[in-house]
Amino acid sequence: METLEKQITKTKNKTMTGAQAVVQSLIEEGVDRIFGYPGGAIMPVYDALYDVEDKLTHVLTRHEQGATHAAQGYARATGKTGVCLATSGPGATNLITGIADAQIDSTPLVCITGQVKSTLLGSDAFQETDVIGISMPVTKWNFQVTKAAEIPEAIAKAFYIARSGKPGPVLLDITKDAQFEKVDFEYQPFVSMRSYQPVPLADHVKLKQAAELIDQSKRPLVLFGQGLILSNAEEEFKTFIEKAGLPAAWTIMGLSALDSEHPLNVGMLGMHGNYAPNKLTNECDVLIAVGMRFDDRVTGDLNRYAKQAKVIHLEIDPAEIDKNVKTDVAILGDAKESLKQLTRIINPNSHFQWLKRFRTLEKEEYEVVINKELNPDSDQLSMGEVVHCINERSDGKSVIVTDVGQHQMVACRYARFRKSKSMITSGGLGTMGFCLPAAIGAKMGAPEKQVIAIVGDGGFQMTIQELGTIFQNDVPVKIVLLNNEFLGMVRQWQELFFEKRYASTHMVNPDFQTIVSGYNIKSRLVEDRSELKDAVQEMLDSKESFFLEVRVGKENNVFPMVPTGASVSEIRLK
Amino acid sequence: MKKRFTVSVFTEDIVGILNRVTIVFTRRKINIESIAASESEIDGIHRYTIVVSESEELVRKVVLQLERQVEVLKAVYHKDDEVIYQEIALYKVPTNVLAGGGEAEKIVRSHFARVLTVEPDFTVLEKTGHHSETQLLFEELEPYGILEFVRSGRIAITKPMRTLRSIVNELELNNTN
Ligand SMILES: Cc1ncc(C[n+]2csc(CCOP(=O)(O)OP(=O)(O)O)c2C)c(N)n1
Repeated sequence: METLEKQITKTKNKTMTGAQAVVQSLIEEGVDRIFGYPGGAIMPVYDALYDVEDKLTHVLTRHEQGATHAAQGYARATGKTGVCLATSGPGATNLITGIADAQIDSTPLVCITGQVKSTLLGSDAFQETDVIGISMPVTKWNFQVTKAAEIPEAIAKAFYIARSGKPGPVLLDITKDAQFEKVDFEYQPFVSMRSYQPVPLADHVKLKQAAELIDQSKRPLVLFGQGLILSNAEEEFKTFIEKAGLPAAWTIMGLSALDSEHPLNVGMLGMHGNYAPNKLTNECDVLIAVGMRFDDRVTGDLNRYAKQAKVIHLEIDPAEIDKNVKTDVAILGDAKESLKQLTRIINPNSHFQWLKRFRTLEKEEYEVVINKELNPDSDQLSMGEVVHCINERSDGKSVIVTDVGQHQMVACRYARFRKSKSMITSGGLGTMGFCLPAAIGAKMGAPEKQVIAIVGDGGFQMTIQELGTIFQNDVPVKIVLLNNEFLGMVRQWQELFFEKRYASTHMVNPDFQTIVSGYNIKSRLVEDRSELKDAVQEMLDSKESFFLEVRVGKENNVFPMVPTGASVSEIRLK
Repeated sequence: MKKRFTVSVFTEDIVGILNRVTIVFTRRKINIESIAASESEIDGIHRYTIVVSESEELVRKVVLQLERQVEVLKAVYHKDDEVIYQEIALYKVPTNVLAGGGEAEKIVRSHFARVLTVEPDFTVLEKTGHHSETQLLFEELEPYGILEFVRSGRIAITKPMRTLRSIVNELELNNTN
């Protein structure tokens, strides 16, 4: 329907420059916000943006990496495609970390870079970088435009590829002469290409086989990932697990797709995940993976991973089938559609005794780990109690954005969610510096939501300059800095596996309060437990951005833990 | 267990696709033993014939990752006995060693090598066949002095595969649905 409408309203035969065609194409794609940083080779596009500021808002980040993470945060909070803009050479290379992050976490991004004049290509011209070559391994698709006439189709194709099937980042590199050249503009949304089949169709025979396995199962376990969120299949998923009474555990990319309090939600998988789902992965008889890709942080040692179980894999990307874990029944297709069909043919069931096993192990974890983390007996504040305090004071509808490290694992473990698309974290790449710009993008995409950035003192300083973006644009994000004066996660490993040889993990930090005050951001420092609740409340109530720094225990560890190389069932509680 | 496989990759004919194809191999540190690029029987579709020695399991994964590339239409792999394959080798040797019906001439005859050109100081021979065959000729000529040698990558026609036309028709049909 949408395409039809667009076809009718499509702009016809207006002569404009290539740069104007870029901007016009973005508007045709429904883009209203882009993130970027100008420079020589992209100046014509910036000049064209100047004329359409009412329709297309450009957010000037403080670094191109920030632009990519902001676009990712925007995409993850909204389900739309994030767009970023950068100049050639260093501008383009600064995008690479964010693009790689978007690639491994399947985030739809369209990145547009300026490039030197086509006649200078390959000549080591000023600010020339082979960004097509550099970005090839980390993009779903990329393309160099050297003629204005190619622009509308290239952009239409870029959006189509970025958001269809398994989403991902695409990059368009547009030479400066193409931006200046005149073109008769005509825009048509891209419909299909023969070499790219984004959504394989679910196979009925396979669905039946899967249903039989599920019906016969005595100890089923469902693992879900971001695929659920990307295909908007949250409701279908809930109906599916409820019908057959299937316990469901999540990867950190799938977090928030299922209500944290749902009785069938049995928690987090993987290295720092919950005790029960990790242990019982090696006891279930049928493992049903939905929209997840068996990352090594989730599976631990593959040779000792769910060997006793029949494995069903619902997945959109054929290359993921049998990549890490051998499947017995692979159901290719969009999760929403596959789940709908599968739910229809499975028998209603409940697995009360089996679920009790999870509850027993949960209790054990609560006593040994969780209770101590949420109600510490030491004077030092724990990361968990800060997250817990945020849970108690908000309604589970906040969007939590994290950086990478101990605080990330703690946030994933303890934050409670009632709405999907509420956890934004760098899962596959583990990119420090992701949090602050991603939170900016998320807040801009979902202004009606409370967006809370939870960040470590290390990662905060990797993209700290984005405080400037918050300042300039009055972005009311809330920042919680969990300051342990260490690169905590690395220090934890040094403590456990390198005989406490703390090589380069101690951080001598600046006075963060002074820094944020320079950006006119309200702030508070909590060093004592007695102030925590009040400070969290003040932060949540603030209509403006707010910076809450909490000094937490310096040498706390995140548990449980599956040590590298160990099996998931060897998860350690301490 | 490592075995030799011929991977055939069918792609749209665009700049940069070769790079995308080879990245899939290099990411997994797989050595490409030979690669040949050419058009296919369908206008606008290119094919790459790539030879690797790896375990079948790994080759299967690589083929799926090749197909994941947006501009790859199809990727398949075959064992040596499932393909008809050839390589071509060119040998530049001094003309005087061939003259006069000596041993070198016998070697050329026994290998059914073709003479492509005869110049006063050098002669260019051509031999098509499997790697072992072109290699044998190389070894036998070597004592007489080889001035220059080149061998192409393997090209292969598959025995069991569906026609490319029918695959492309199906892909095009899927997309109009
Ligand atoms: C860009 C980047 N560099 C290095 C790392 C390796 N690394 C993972 S966690 C971590 C420590 C993070 O420290 P901090 O931000 O203070 O968070 P904490 O673990 O203390 O919560 C490091 C260095 C990374 N993930 N990303």
